[in-house]
Amino acid sequence: MTAAAFNVLFSHWRYRPLQLVTLIMGVALATGLWSGVQAINAEARASYSRAASILEQADLSQLIARDGEGIPTSVYARLRRAGWQVSPVIEGNHRFGTTSVRLIGIDILTMPEEGRGFAVSGSPDLVAFASGQGQLLVSMNTAARLQGVTQIPLRISPDLPDDAAFLDIGMADRLLARNGVLSRLIVAPQNPGLPALESVAPELVFKSGGQANDVASLTDSFHLNLTAFGFLAFVVGLFIVYSATGLSFEQRRSTFRTLRSVGVSLQSLTLMLLAELLMLALLSGVLGVALGYVLASTLLPGVSATLRGLYGTSVPGSLSLRPEWWATGLGMAFFGTAVSASQSLLRLWQMPILASAQHRAWAMASNAATFIQAVGGAVLLGAAILLALLGHGLVAGFAVLGSLLIGAALLLPLALSTTTMIAQSLSRGAFTSWFWADTRQQLPGLSLALMALLLALSANIGVGTMVSSFRQTFLGWLDQRLAAELYVTARTEEEASRLRDWLPGRVRSVLPVWNSEGEVLGQQIQIFGVADDATYRDHWPILLGAPDLWDMLATKDAALINEQLWRGSDVGLGKMITLPGGWEARVVGVYSDYGNPKGQVIIGLGSLIAHYPATAKLRYGLRVEPERVDMLRRQLVDDFGLPDENIVDQASLKRQSRVVFEQTFAVTGALNLLTLAVAGFAMFSSMLTLSGQRLPQLAPLWAMGLRRRDLALLEVIRTVALWFATFLAAVPVGLLLAWVLLAIVNVEAFGWRLPMTVFPFDWLKLGAVALVAALLSVLVPVRRLATVNPADLLRVFANER
Amino acid sequence: MKGSRIVHSIVACVMALTPLSEVASQGFAGLASGAEGFDQPRRGNQLSFPQDHGAHSDFRIEWWYVTANLTAQDGRRFGAQWTLFRSALAPGDKPGWSDPQIWIGHAAVTSSERHYVSEKLARGGIGQAGVTTTPFEAWIDDWNIKGRQGTSQDELDQLQLEADGDDFSYSLALATAKPLVLQGDNGFSLKSASGQASYYYSQPFYDVQGDIKLEGIDVTVSGKAWLDREWSSQPLATDQTGWDWFSIHFDDGSKLMAFRLRDNDGGFVSANWISADGKTEILKPEDVRMSPSRSATVEGRAIPVAWRIEIPSRKLSIQTEPLNEQAWMKTTTPYWEGPIAVSGTASGVGYLEMTGY
Repeated sequence: MTAAAFNVLFSHWRYRPLQLVTLIMGVALATGLWSGVQAINAEARASYSRAASILEQADLSQLIARDGEGIPTSVYARLRRAGWQVSPVIEGNHRFGTTSVRLIGIDILTMPEEGRGFAVSGSPDLVAFASGQGQLLVSMNTAARLQGVTQIPLRISPDLPDDAAFLDIGMADRLLARNGVLSRLIVAPQNPGLPALESVAPELVFKSGGQANDVASLTDSFHLNLTAFGFLAFVVGLFIVYSATGLSFEQRRSTFRTLRSVGVSLQSLTLMLLAELLMLALLSGVLGVALGYVLASTLLPGVSATLRGLYGTSVPGSLSLRPEWWATGLGMAFFGTAVSASQSLLRLWQMPILASAQHRAWAMASNAATFIQAVGGAVLLGAAILLALLGHGLVAGFAVLGSLLIGAALLLPLALSTTTMIAQSLSRGAFTSWFWADTRQQLPGLSLALMALLLALSANIGVGTMVSSFRQTFLGWLDQRLAAELYVTARTEEEASRLRDWLPGRVRSVLPVWNSEGEVLGQQIQIFGVADDATYRDHWPILLGAPDLWDMLATKDAALINEQLWRGSDVGLGKMITLPGGWEARVVGVYSDYGNPKGQVIIGLGSLIAHYPATAKLRYGLRVEPERVDMLRRQLVDDFGLPDENIVDQASLKRQSRVVFEQTFAVTGALNLLTLAVAGFAMFSSMLTLSGQRLPQLAPLWAMGLRRRDLALLEVIRTVALWFATFLAAVPVGLLLAWVLLAIVNVEAFGWRLPMTVFPFDWLKLGAVALVAALLSVLVPVRRLATVNPADLLRVFANER
Repeated sequence: MKGSRIVHSIVACVMALTPLSEVASQGFAGLASGAEGFDQPRRGNQLSFPQDHGAHSDFRIEWWYVTANLTAQDGRRFGAQWTLFRSALAPGDKPGWSDPQIWIGHAAVTSSERHYVSEKLARGGIGQAGVTTTPFEAWIDDWNIKGRQGTSQDELDQLQLEADGDDFSYSLALATAKPLVLQGDNGFSLKSASGQASYYYSQPFYDVQGDIKLEGIDVTVSGKAWLDREWSSQPLATDQTGWDWFSIHFDDGSKLMAFRLRDNDGGFVSANWISADGKTEILKPEDVRMSPSRSATVEGRAIPVAWRIEIPSRKLSIQTEPLNEQAWMKTTTPYWEGPIAVSGTASGVGYLEMTGY
């Protein structure tokens, strides 16, 4: 009996394969987008924590200097002689030619195995590592980049992230000119009964292992961003499932009644339907996870480019199957199916056994519901405004985004029904009047799909505006920032000194690009020294500052700070900041510094040399007449003897920066498009649902003499009208979204604020894409309507309803 | 000589299996001509103290090696070992992290039930490990041998030893009024028929008082200790596969140092009889017969833990038995080293070290 009943229930799908496909596709798409995004996040997070655990030995406890100034070797020896099992690390960035690599100098003799960053596979490696010329342990990619720019033998360790090298501490000490000042001490596990740290080395503080690392918190914003997108897509996907399950239940009402009548209990009927849903959820969940995998694999190279461009972190472009995303993906599939089917199941539960199998067209939803929905939307919009005014932090920023989007979506049905009401009252003919009334009547059934469309469209407009504003600002900023025509890097100090003698007379001016590193306001940041040169006065992108700031920089203890540092601290113009080495400088200006995740300080060249004499003096920007650039480059290579790879011209630097930028937002663009596709699909499935139910409403019109073709055309017009109204509504919502992104989220996430620029042409493109989606979605139902058998229309009148 | 094999193979293991010449050809800073950059022991060179208690960084390998046979008040017997090896990747000292000296510490305590071992590694030049002569101190991390201030003639006459590891620690006071013993030819000790040699002197006459702590329980101990000092630049001959070394305190106060280097042939035997007043007699190799009498399985290999030693010229025929057969030094380069008891025509205690098994 049960088997037979189940067979009957399930036969529905055999006759309506398109509906089955819609349902499965809906869940699969929603799950796919969600789990794809989660997969990317999981991969990136795993990669950060791997990088942190390898590069920063983050799983192990560490000792760091209380004042942030580094640890003298004597303190290390003192700790060892007191029985502390600590191991020293000297690290810092070093340039080989034009390639900057993070050097991590370790003492192989005392470093616990888990802190070595590579498997000790056979001892012969170690002598090469720790003596003579030494060895740089690097990843494959880094090795390729270092090939030819260093004499130090390279050894490839697949465990290592890119742009980092492990080497012997002695060599790191020499290359980084640290004179024995250690960066930190790793504390080996299992140290029994030690004298207290305060009594041995009061100048150090203990930092226990396994703490969240900088990169992870730095990139949190980015991942939150992706998650938000994934969730948006998921919600949009659920609209599809909701309408598909609703439809399947509607159409099987008579089946349900028959089954109940022949003795199937409500309980077992519900169980059967649940089992059916479970099977469908499982099937589409698996499909969705597979889809997510494909999506993530496709997007991951873009994401890793983004992360490298924005945060300088390195995430491999390959994806592994991690339970944290495929399991949650499946979970979301079940959850989504359950949520979207719950209303239909509830209705079934409440249905009297022998209720007539009358089709409850969804149009029965009352105006009251629309109104309540709209009130909810208004409340959310109000909350968004309050949050924007009062909230702080990234989560608040995203909460503003969420409230804004959902609030706007909830208001949409009321807005549309009001519009149609006005249109109806303005229309004269009975036919037009009927058209608007009918449109309004259909709104509740379509409203979910339209809301999905609104979400997708406004997200597109918002994110698109943000990216385009960013691009415009960034390119302008690049022009200012990269003012020198050529950038050269000497290989050694000796060569640099020769270069300084060789250049005058051949160039208009030489701008040293020298920097030191140290802790400022609790952050490890770079400190640049700038020459007193007109280039900076004319070009440097200053956001805030005194008119004579360049004079002050050249003559006094003055400093410029970048926007990130300025926004992240309470240091304003005119305040003093303490720089590494303990000296103070007055902040005289703030400059924009896009694409840099960290704080930065600029001081006068004289101050840099005076306070940080060990600074490497290898890099220079050269100002020359544009037409002389090529000649100078040739001279540098042929006459002076600098390798060509140590010379970069402005144009190619800009080109590289642009590529980085475009890659950075490629993922956002792809997700945007996918969300739109899902929304289109939602529209399609809603149309499909409605078209089946609309025959009874259309039959009388047909009977009154309207041709089927005209009826179909009317459907198309209606769809286009609704689409257009939704699009119109999406524009202001999208612009608000862009404002929130630029003024709140970006500031929190990146530390910089960009001016907003509006690009109406982009909206037109988007509108056209959405229109195509809407037309496609109406195509199948309309075709069906245009070719419907007149007998079916007639039967409407004959039927029991 | 003892320990040469060990330090050599430790350095080989820790740093490289690469022959030195090959390492050198990769370009040690300041090393002009391969292994020849290191100094070599020369016969007839007079050792002078306290300078020679310190490190000889122009030689490739060197050690400070103490073994002690200890007895608790209740009669239980123990052994203790404290060793500091120095191994140079290049001759000479350099300041800071560029110093080419590597230091290795081994500490052990042996009871009849368990053998406790610990190892430490450190680079030179930064104060983590090293040796000073006046006052004498040899240290690596928190392990050290310190010369105690007193009316001693030599800096090594009064020493304090400290070391610890998992489940064990010890603090031992060593004292003697007897002179140092120069091994071999006035401190020049031949190592193989092909002429490899080292500088080698000992202080075998220490009386020991102190405490050992095993698994949290303190035990007061007393006994005898033996210190070896040796430095050289020569790796062992390539055909030498391993090494059996004895240091024995006889009850009458006399001492015996004997070793056999194993090779494919008859091996290279060297022995020194030290009378209770410190006079030494180099025994003829053919006068010293060393043969294993019993093997035991230690860490999956057969180790000759009991030995018969005969020296016909001295009418000596003794049998050695280990306090603990499983005295396996599980260090970077593993070897067997532990206390022994001696019986036969003379009785006493001592230490046995065996490598290459």
